[in-house]
Amino acid sequence: MKAETIEKTTYTIPVGPIHPALKEPVMFEFEIDGERIVDADVYLGHVHRTVEWTGMRRNPIQILYLAERICGICSYCHPMSFALAVERIAGIEIPERADYLRVVHAELERICSHVLWAGVAAHEIGFDTVLFLSWQIREKALDLTEYLTGNRVTKGISMIGGVRRDITKRMYPKVNETMEFFKESFEKMRKIFLEDKTFKLRSQQCGVLTKKEALDLCAVGPTTRASGVKKDVRLDQPYFAFGELDFDYVTPDVLTGEVNGDVYDRIIVRLLEVKQSVELIEQCMDRLSGIPEGEIVAEPKIAKLLNQLKKIEGENIGRMEAPRGEVIHYVKMTGQEHPYSWKVRAPTYNNILPWIPMLKGEQIADIPIVAASTDPCMSCTNRVGIVKQGKRTELTKERLHQLSVEKTRRLMQ
Amino acid sequence: MKFIMLPKVFSQLFKKPFTNKFPAKYTPSSVTNYLADVASGKASMTPPIETPEGFRGKIVYDKEKCIGCKLCLKVCPSEAIEFKPDEKKVKFYMARCTFCSQCNDICPVGCISMSDEFLMADADKYAKELIVE
Repeated sequence: MKAETIEKTTYTIPVGPIHPALKEPVMFEFEIDGERIVDADVYLGHVHRTVEWTGMRRNPIQILYLAERICGICSYCHPMSFALAVERIAGIEIPERADYLRVVHAELERICSHVLWAGVAAHEIGFDTVLFLSWQIREKALDLTEYLTGNRVTKGISMIGGVRRDITKRMYPKVNETMEFFKESFEKMRKIFLEDKTFKLRSQQCGVLTKKEALDLCAVGPTTRASGVKKDVRLDQPYFAFGELDFDYVTPDVLTGEVNGDVYDRIIVRLLEVKQSVELIEQCMDRLSGIPEGEIVAEPKIAKLLNQLKKIEGENIGRMEAPRGEVIHYVKMTGQEHPYSWKVRAPTYNNILPWIPMLKGEQIADIPIVAASTDPCMSCTNRVGIVKQGKRTELTKERLHQLSVEKTRRLMQ
Repeated sequence: MKFIMLPKVFSQLFKKPFTNKFPAKYTPSSVTNYLADVASGKASMTPPIETPEGFRGKIVYDKEKCIGCKLCLKVCPSEAIEFKPDEKKVKFYMARCTFCSQCNDICPVGCISMSDEFLMADADKYAKELIVE
């Protein structure tokens, strides 16, 4: 009894930041019966507050860069949804060109994120060759990001009332060339991920999330769309220029004609979304060539903008469809330089509870791929607590990954 | 059995590696000696990949032009800028800088700009090269 409480306290104290194997502090507890997972539980919220607290001491323009650092992969949608919230409070009108430019950057980020995820998913089942192939494709997306914004990861492109850099005529050929490259590689990726035997063996009928569970647990983004729920902020509540573009919800039945809600379906949804993003960028590039260059921000004088933001009062939310799902930023301004309150809800928050129905009844070796299939924004599988005959032990990330690789080998024999 | 990845793997075997071997093909046993060799012309250095246009590198500060309006201090997200009240000039700590180029955008007289320089690694965050004034 005593040993149990000691081990339990070591989980709940955020050992995370200083543990070499733990990137972010989150804790999972799985109840295991032999190889089967009987129950799973989540403990969250160790790091969330500090960014918000820091933000309450900074002005909105400084917060843009702080919000950028909430997540390394969603480094565009966080500052942008914050900007959306502030713009709504201040009643700032966005120039048309900036709206389209914002869509281009948002979709480029989605391509980066989904291709990165594809690589990670392959790595989780021990198929590292595909990891390198998909990251090779992602490199092109990063090159384009660098060309358009000046940075590879933290883009520094967002600004309240518009964007900071324009896409000029001179840049069009490089954008079009990269989009062509994505279309070609999409075919390759589709073949590898949807037809290769290794993937099918590991992902079909694995980690199933039914439509009802997805609705009950409020899953968001590709996770919920793979279960057949038509939910996409871009279409439900259009922001930026999404209302004027032609696209539709991506659900797995578009390709296969049926919805299973398993890992395989989540792969399909993400792959089709990459294709959709490429099409959206092309539509935007078409429209952009018809809008005169130059006007990309509502108030070009930042000092004047800061003065304006100092006076605004009110509260509002900014919603955006991040690569992983819906991200919400709540901001309250009370006529001071810094916001009175700022609250962030990242999509992974919603996508963690669906892990419980997904994982129930699966094998330990399936934890990495099932967890990765929701594209979690934290390294959740680092530590797994196992209850075996009332005694707790833990599995490290390395051991879990090894188990996953062994299962793939076993299936291939 | 369908292994679609195999042909791709074999074709990849005959391709040139993508990595740019900077600064040398093999890690030198002593970086200091290697750099001295490069300086004296005994060894050659593989150049880094060129920075793109609009790259945000080390800050260049034109002290003469600066009017000491303190606007850059207001927008700096990492508070990397210090104001020197006696001279009415500013001081940039590059070790804290996040290279967002916001100070560059807000400066009313255009005395701040971003260079291409990115090799700024140092063990001491207050090293002379990491402070721009």
